[in-house]
Amino acid sequence: MDGDHACCEGALAAGCRFVAGYPITPSTEVVERFSRRAPMVPGAFFIQMEDELAASITLQGAVWAGKKAMTVTSGPGFSLMMEHIGLAVMAEVPCVFVNVQRGGPSTGLPTLPGQADMMQARWGSHGDYEIIAICPNSPQECFDLTIDAFNLAEQYRVPVMFMMDECVGHMMERVIIPEADTIEITPRRYTKLPPGEYLPYKPGEDLVPEMFKAGDGYRLHITGLTHDYKGYPVMSADIQEQLVRRLVDKIRLNAPKIWRYEETAVEDAEVVVIAYGITSRVAVEAVAMARKEGIKVGMLRLIVVWPFPEDRIFELASQGKGLVVAEMNYGQVFYEVDRCARGRAPVVLAGHGGGTVHNVEAIVEKIREAHKCRS
Amino acid sequence: MSVLKELERASLSPTKDLDPSHHPMDDYLRMDRMPHIWCPTCGIGVSVNCFAKAIEKARIPLDDITVVSGIGCTGRVAGYMKVDSFHTTHGRAIPFATGLKLANPKLKVVVFSGDGDLMAIGGNHFISAARRNIDITVICVNNFNYAMTGGQLASTTPEGSVLSTSPFGNFEAPFNLPFLAESVGAVYVARWTSLHIYNQTVAMVEALKKPGFTFIEILAPCPTIFERQQKFGDGLDRLRWYCDNSIIRHGADTHDVDIKLHDPVIVGKFVDKERPTYLDSMNTHFRKRFGDRYKDYEG
Repeated sequence: MDGDHACCEGALAAGCRFVAGYPITPSTEVVERFSRRAPMVPGAFFIQMEDELAASITLQGAVWAGKKAMTVTSGPGFSLMMEHIGLAVMAEVPCVFVNVQRGGPSTGLPTLPGQADMMQARWGSHGDYEIIAICPNSPQECFDLTIDAFNLAEQYRVPVMFMMDECVGHMMERVIIPEADTIEITPRRYTKLPPGEYLPYKPGEDLVPEMFKAGDGYRLHITGLTHDYKGYPVMSADIQEQLVRRLVDKIRLNAPKIWRYEETAVEDAEVVVIAYGITSRVAVEAVAMARKEGIKVGMLRLIVVWPFPEDRIFELASQGKGLVVAEMNYGQVFYEVDRCARGRAPVVLAGHGGGTVHNVEAIVEKIREAHKCRS
Repeated sequence: MSVLKELERASLSPTKDLDPSHHPMDDYLRMDRMPHIWCPTCGIGVSVNCFAKAIEKARIPLDDITVVSGIGCTGRVAGYMKVDSFHTTHGRAIPFATGLKLANPKLKVVVFSGDGDLMAIGGNHFISAARRNIDITVICVNNFNYAMTGGQLASTTPEGSVLSTSPFGNFEAPFNLPFLAESVGAVYVARWTSLHIYNQTVAMVEALKKPGFTFIEILAPCPTIFERQQKFGDGLDRLRWYCDNSIIRHGADTHDVDIKLHDPVIVGKFVDKERPTYLDSMNTHFRKRFGDRYKDYEG
C-alpha cells in the first residue's frame, strides 16, 4: 500500500467519517480511496468541494455537527486553506489537514517531493497561534500517525497538520493494519454539563475547553472573532490576551507530552543529523557512511515537528554536538534548530529546493563540515 | 398599502406583546447581547424579526435550527439568534453550512448573510451549493454595498451609485441575484424588500419548509451609507420609496428582474420547483449501484 492510501486507512481507523477534498497532486490518492470506501462505511461521507477554501471550512461545519473530519491537499491548496486553519485554531475545532508536500513556490513541482511547507504549517495563518504538525517517513507511519493526528486534534482541540511529502505519499511498502480493538482512539470531549451551565470556551485544567455539538440543545454561538467564555465576540485587549495566550499555551505548556522524536547513536556522537519525513531515510544512509569514515555521528528524527522539541535541541547543542539539518528546502526547520542551539554548537544546513530526495553524499559533506567546525 | 398597514399586518401576537415581562423576541434573540450593532432604520433587523416569526410559523424547534453567517453587517445575524449559530469567515458561510448539513442531515441549516459575503467573495460557493441542491436556506440581505467596511462598491451595486470606491459613480454591471440563483439550480427563489414584512416572512416559512437550496433576497436600506450616499434619505424614506416603487410579480422571468438605481423594483416569488436534494441524489445513486449492500446515509 502507498502512503496516501495508508493515510486514508489510518483516518478511517481513527474514526474519521467526513472528508471534504479538492483534487491536487500528489495528495489526491488519499481522497480517491476515501471516496471509494465511504459508501460502505456506516456514517462515512465524502464530498469533493469546489475549491480548497470550501473544503477547509466544510470540514469544520462537519466537526460541529459531530463528525471527525479531515481535508487533504498539497502546497498551493494548503496556502488557500490558511484562513481556515486560523478559524480552526480560534474556534478550537479538532480536525486534520493532510498536506502531501511538493516543490514550490507557486505551482512548482506538482509530481515531485518537497518539504518547504513546514513554516507555512507553523505560521501561515495570521495572528498568534500554535498547531501540531506530524511528519511520517513511511506508509506504515502514514497509517499509524494519522490515527495519532486525530487523537491529538481531539485531545487539544486544535487543527493538526499531517505533513507528508510526495515520496512518502507515493512510496509502496508493506503496511500492517492492527486489529481494530487494539487501536487507541481519543473520543471527542463533549461536555456533560446541561445547557445554561456549560460555557463553550471555559477551559479545563489542561487549558482545553469541552465541546458541544449543533442540535444538542445548547444554542450556543461560535465565532472567529476574539470571544469570551460564552463564545460572544469581545473587542478588548484583555480578552485577546486571555484567549490567545491560552490558545498558544495549551500547546506550548503541553509540548513535552506532544513531542515525538527518534534518536540513533546520539550518546557518543560529535555530530547529530536532524531530519524528518523522507529525508530522514536518506540521512540514515549518510550517517552510516560518515561513521565508516570515523566521524562519530548520530541521528535525531523529528516525528512531531511542531511544537518544536526545543529543550532536546538545546541539550544536544549544549553537549557540543555539531548539528546538521537535512531538509528539502533552503532552511525552515534549520532556523528553528539554529535558534534553539543558542550558539552552543555549529548548525549546518543540508538543504535543496525539492524535486528529488537528497544525494547521500551531500549530507555526508555537511556532516564533515559540522565535524570540522566543531573541532 | 401604507407602511403602517403593512407593519400592522405582520405584527406579533397581541397577548405576548402586551405582557411586559416577556419581550416577543425573548425566545429567539440573545437579549444578553443587546443592543445590537445595526444602525437605526437599517433593514437587517427587520429581516431578523421576520426570520424569528418564520421559525415560529414553520414550527421548527429552536434546538433543530442552526444559523450560519459570514462577515459584515448581516454577518452578525448569527450572533444574535438564540440557536446554535456560527459566525464564520468572509464568504464561506455556505460551505460551512454544507458541512453542518451533510454531517447531520437532521439539522435545519440557514445561511444568513450579506450580498458582498454571499455573492462576491462567496460566489463560487453559492453557485456550487445551488448546483448540488444542498438542502439549506440562504437569506441574502442586499444593501448594495460593503457597509461594515465603510461603504465600498459591491457586486450588487446598481450602475450609477456613488460609493467610496466608486466616487464617480459605478459603471460595473451588477449581479441580478434571482436570475443567478435560478440559473444555477435553486429550487426556490424570492425577492422582497424590508417593507414587505409579511411577504418576507411567508417566503422564509416556505423556504424553510422546502427541501433543497432555497434562496431569498431582501433589499434592505443601509441608511448610514448607501441611502445617504445616493441622497435617498433615511431608512424610512427608503421604505416609502419601496412602497411606491415595488412591483409584485410572482413567477416573473428572473432575467427581467435586474435592479436599476432609480427604476421600480420587481419583487415576488419567482421560482418554486422540485428537484432531488444532494443527499437524495446520493442515496438513490448508491442504492442503484450497490443494492441492498448500501445503507442510506443519514449522518
